[in-house]
Amino acid sequence: MEVRPELKYTEEHEWILISGTEVTLGITDFAQNKLGDIVFVELPEEGTIIDADETVGNIESVKAVSEIFCPIGGEILSVNKDLEEEPDLVNSAPYDEGWMIKLKIDPADLELAKLMTHKEYQTFCAED
Amino acid sequence: MNPGKAGLVFHEPLLFELGGQNKRGVELPEMDLPIISDEELLGGNLRQSPNLPELSEPEVVRHFTRLSQWNYSLDGGFYPLGSCTMKYNPKMAEVAANLDGFAQAHPYAPHGSNQGLKRLLFELQNDLAEISGMDTVCLHPAAGSHGELLGLMLIRAYHNHRGDSARTQILIPDSAHGTNPSSASICHLDAITLPSGPDGLIDLNTLDQMMNEKIAGIMITNPNTCGLFEERIKEVCDLVHARGGLVYLDGANMNAMVGVTRPGDFGADVLHFNTHKTFATPHGGGGPGAGPVGVKAILEPFLPKPVLVERNGKVEWNNDRPRSIGKVRSFYGNVGVLIRAWTYIRSLGPKGLRQMTLNAVTNANYLKALLEDHFEVPFKQHRAMHEVLLTDKRQKENHVSTLDLAKGLIEAGYHPPTIYFPLVVEGAMLIEPTETESKETLDQFAQTLIELGKKGHDELAALPKTAAVGRVDEVLANRKPILRWEA
Repeated sequence: MEVRPELKYTEEHEWILISGTEVTLGITDFAQNKLGDIVFVELPEEGTIIDADETVGNIESVKAVSEIFCPIGGEILSVNKDLEEEPDLVNSAPYDEGWMIKLKIDPADLELAKLMTHKEYQTFCAED
Repeated sequence: MNPGKAGLVFHEPLLFELGGQNKRGVELPEMDLPIISDEELLGGNLRQSPNLPELSEPEVVRHFTRLSQWNYSLDGGFYPLGSCTMKYNPKMAEVAANLDGFAQAHPYAPHGSNQGLKRLLFELQNDLAEISGMDTVCLHPAAGSHGELLGLMLIRAYHNHRGDSARTQILIPDSAHGTNPSSASICHLDAITLPSGPDGLIDLNTLDQMMNEKIAGIMITNPNTCGLFEERIKEVCDLVHARGGLVYLDGANMNAMVGVTRPGDFGADVLHFNTHKTFATPHGGGGPGAGPVGVKAILEPFLPKPVLVERNGKVEWNNDRPRSIGKVRSFYGNVGVLIRAWTYIRSLGPKGLRQMTLNAVTNANYLKALLEDHFEVPFKQHRAMHEVLLTDKRQKENHVSTLDLAKGLIEAGYHPPTIYFPLVVEGAMLIEPTETESKETLDQFAQTLIELGKKGHDELAALPKTAAVGRVDEVLANRKPILRWEA
């Protein structure tokens, strides 16, 4: 499984990329592999205000439906509209074209968010 | 040769593709009134013709008869669909339901009539209450899912009546029956997932932390969908009650409890039965079903009306129910199904029902014993109940998945087990043989599954070959579904 050092990870297998007050979120390579072929991704409306650890959408694969959690609260700036037509981007490029949402955050909130480094996440997945 | 294999398999076109010009099944008499043209009658509201297929009667009959022959049923072969209890439907129940006095009964018959049917329903209510340890039972719900919804509505009515409207959430263990969260959502309750402990059972500490004054109750499936009996069920119910919540028991797995233990005794306040999963009525599949709901006395005032009562030796409906939530179904519920359930219960009797449960659990554990050296069995330390859970962990090393094994079983003439459910177990196969299967059937099925597990991915990926429909592209079908026929 692939992890990237520049990203932070959650126990629910999301990754986030922090860039100032903007955060990009997606699911990890480990998660897409476990889910199998993804057939549908449901994402929130742009402009929605969300709380930390809230469900922001659903991912449907041929095997299961699972929820997308966001480890930090904020305002949804944009969602990846390409996933409507090509949900398989999450399988083929989970860290790139398969990104899900971008949101505006208060960087002070990051201190409270439960996040792992890529090394910690690797260990976490090995135990799972 | 395996029993379920289809003989003649045709490519069956759609009726739209079969239709010809000016063919018809019924010849209508010539019109003896002046004909008004469609345009004259409807003017600008006239829509384009729906272009329905034109076919003769035998063409239509053959089309649907051929399609029906593609059905796989318990009358044709082994159907070990875990979590769904596919029981053999005894033919005696069909005879009972077709007796004239039942089949011709009319719900608008005069007051005081239909006594035979009402007596049967009254007895069934009492039998179900005795079997489950509840105080009374409502037969109205038209399906298990309908029963779930009613049960949750009763829980809401109970809290509202106490003046407690803050309880808007319901706890649902991750090993619960799959319909529970949607029933909760339709009842405007937020479903909160309760994670199982490492042994696959409800963890009392986690429950303790999550049980607060917002929680209306808990929806428990017992045995749970991992096929395990919740050993701490009494403590779980006591804890929920102590914090003001109620306990809903999903009766999907009653086939492992009838005559052995009673939900009412271990703490359930409300439960539903799936008559098709426990009392051998035909599986609904969208057709008429029945999901009777049993309650403890605290919920009785809220039951839908009318309720059956016995007065002066006659069974009648009582509509005088001031705290009732109202009606959930017209007339008496799906009586045809309820007659079959009564017949099953009365033909087996108390000892027979207990034996049914013991045989169901024995059969599942026999399959577990045959398969556990060949497949990974999660939570192996617990005895299985009426279904056995396997995974594809060992076969995965050989690139063979649960899906491949399921397709291989179709080729071998079996209905596959439930796959990839419960979600908490990766690559799950949930196998439920039920009580009616013989040792020979179980031996043959286990042998088939073991042999499939030894095959390579390439060989299995080509299966099924001889079924009416071969291996379908599930990913494509989900990503780009074709939902409308176009010429």
